[in-house]
Amino acid sequence: MNIVVCIKQVPDTNEVRIDPVKGTLIREGVPSIMNPDDKAGLEAALRIKDKNGAKVTVITMGPLQADEILREAFAMGADEAYLVTDRAFGGADTWATSSTLAAAISKLDYDLIITGRQAIDGDTAQVGPEIAEHLDLPNISYAQEIEIDGDEIVVLRQYDDCSHRVRAKLPALVTALSELNQPRYMTPGGIFDAYRSKEVIKWVRDDIPVEDENIGLSGSPTRVSKSFPKAVKEPGMKIEKSVDESVQFIVDKLKETYIL
Amino acid sequence: MTKEYKGVYTFAEQVDGKLTGVSLELLGKAGDLAADLGTDVTAVLLGKDVADLANELIQFGADRVILYENDQLKYYTTEPYTQVITAIIKEYKPEIFLIGATAIGRDLGPRIAGRIHTGLTADCTKLDIQAESKNLLMTRPAFGGNLMAEILCENHRPQMATVRPGVMVKKIKDENRTGEIINFEYTLEKNNKFVTVEEVIKETKAKIDIQDADILISGGRGVGGPENFVILQDLAEAIGGEVSGSRAAVDSGWIDKSLQVGQTGKTVRPTLYFAIGISGAIQHMAGMEESDYIIAINKDPDALIFNIADVGIVGDLFEIVPKLTESIKAERNK
Repeated sequence: MNIVVCIKQVPDTNEVRIDPVKGTLIREGVPSIMNPDDKAGLEAALRIKDKNGAKVTVITMGPLQADEILREAFAMGADEAYLVTDRAFGGADTWATSSTLAAAISKLDYDLIITGRQAIDGDTAQVGPEIAEHLDLPNISYAQEIEIDGDEIVVLRQYDDCSHRVRAKLPALVTALSELNQPRYMTPGGIFDAYRSKEVIKWVRDDIPVEDENIGLSGSPTRVSKSFPKAVKEPGMKIEKSVDESVQFIVDKLKETYIL
Repeated sequence: MTKEYKGVYTFAEQVDGKLTGVSLELLGKAGDLAADLGTDVTAVLLGKDVADLANELIQFGADRVILYENDQLKYYTTEPYTQVITAIIKEYKPEIFLIGATAIGRDLGPRIAGRIHTGLTADCTKLDIQAESKNLLMTRPAFGGNLMAEILCENHRPQMATVRPGVMVKKIKDENRTGEIINFEYTLEKNNKFVTVEEVIKETKAKIDIQDADILISGGRGVGGPENFVILQDLAEAIGGEVSGSRAAVDSGWIDKSLQVGQTGKTVRPTLYFAIGISGAIQHMAGMEESDYIIAINKDPDALIFNIADVGIVGDLFEIVPKLTESIKAERNK
């Protein structure tokens, strides 16, 4: 069985801070990590490999620096890794990103494609389902559990107030939640091999069978017209008083606002 | 080419024959956008035995409801919904198509946008019509709520967006409002993309929807442990509110995930929001800063939450909250 896992390198948004003076994002010193939902997706693929036997291929689109997360995937147990990288792919929205990745994946053998539900830098959750659409596959989003049953897949699919157990014919695409599992650590031997004996295969523009009008900035139906730090609300009053005075202060405010 | 596309359309999401809150919120926003464009609002309603929901959609602002019923739509699955809505978009050519950014909408939206070949902006918190171009200006948070982006989809139609639940405001129900109901004809085409729902597992706990609460008593890391949430519960009962919490409280297993406020939890805009022992991470504030009135209690005078609180109390929550509960009870008994 061949499993392709799509992963993305993202800035750790928990570490992103706003410059209080300029009001801009401070990106310097923010660590880059493998997107958490994607890492859970990779772990799910590796567990299928451990249980049923499978070849696990990881693929990412991004700058050359994204090589780091592919090495991390090797160290966790991935078998093959592809880095789709070219200036021509830059500035892509979810439509152009998914058509590029779908075209790249179409060159690989796959029975199952796993993506993370969403990346923590964009939070769109759109690339997975759109890849499935471009490849004409069923997709099951928000996977909490994944099980292979012959030539079918059974997924526990999370909704807001319930879950569905859903069965699909393979090949299929599944988007993984970080709640799916606890990803394994890289092994020291795995890290050594990841850098010494494993090869990341680079694919540039001409390696991907996709039309120019479906890639990069110009192939993106949406464009960002403006981005800005969130407007800062004017702070109200802050008091440091005794417990009784504090309590009375709140009660007075609640009366002023007619809540009490 | 984009000129032939007219009208603001919304997806009327229903689960078990009940419209979700965001479906009604979308109608409220769609009405404003349609007024700016000089057009009308159409709700698209799919499911099994859901015809009686059409009137509710009209009462909340739809001028027209396109209805499609089929026994195969008892539960949401991606492919049949995508097929029917794609067919509706091709036939009626809407200018704007809005979907709630729910676990259903965020699966359905990209599938439709992919099939139609148009842009889709995820999880919008603000929608406006651009003055000169009449394009839809879609605003959404990115980088964990640290940054806002304004997004346009100029050359493709419909302009599609998923909209975060709890952000837009629904209209007041008007029982005298009338509208048109159209039964859409379509035969589902069976293909490899159909999946089977084998089992439906309901959450056993009765869930409180914190988005419906008028007053929220929210606790964070400073509360210290699950047992200490009792004092928040007492305050909630005294004042008539519900308990919620930050990601720290949820990740520590102190409260249920469904009670989480923030970028990765729920967006709330209650009349009154108590932030108790919550430091004010940006991702938390993204989910509650639209609250009408915010009271923060934190022992750290430099806590970021004080930057957005209307009233900030520097002090020990374990001393202040129980006394506050007693005072509120006393006021209520006056």
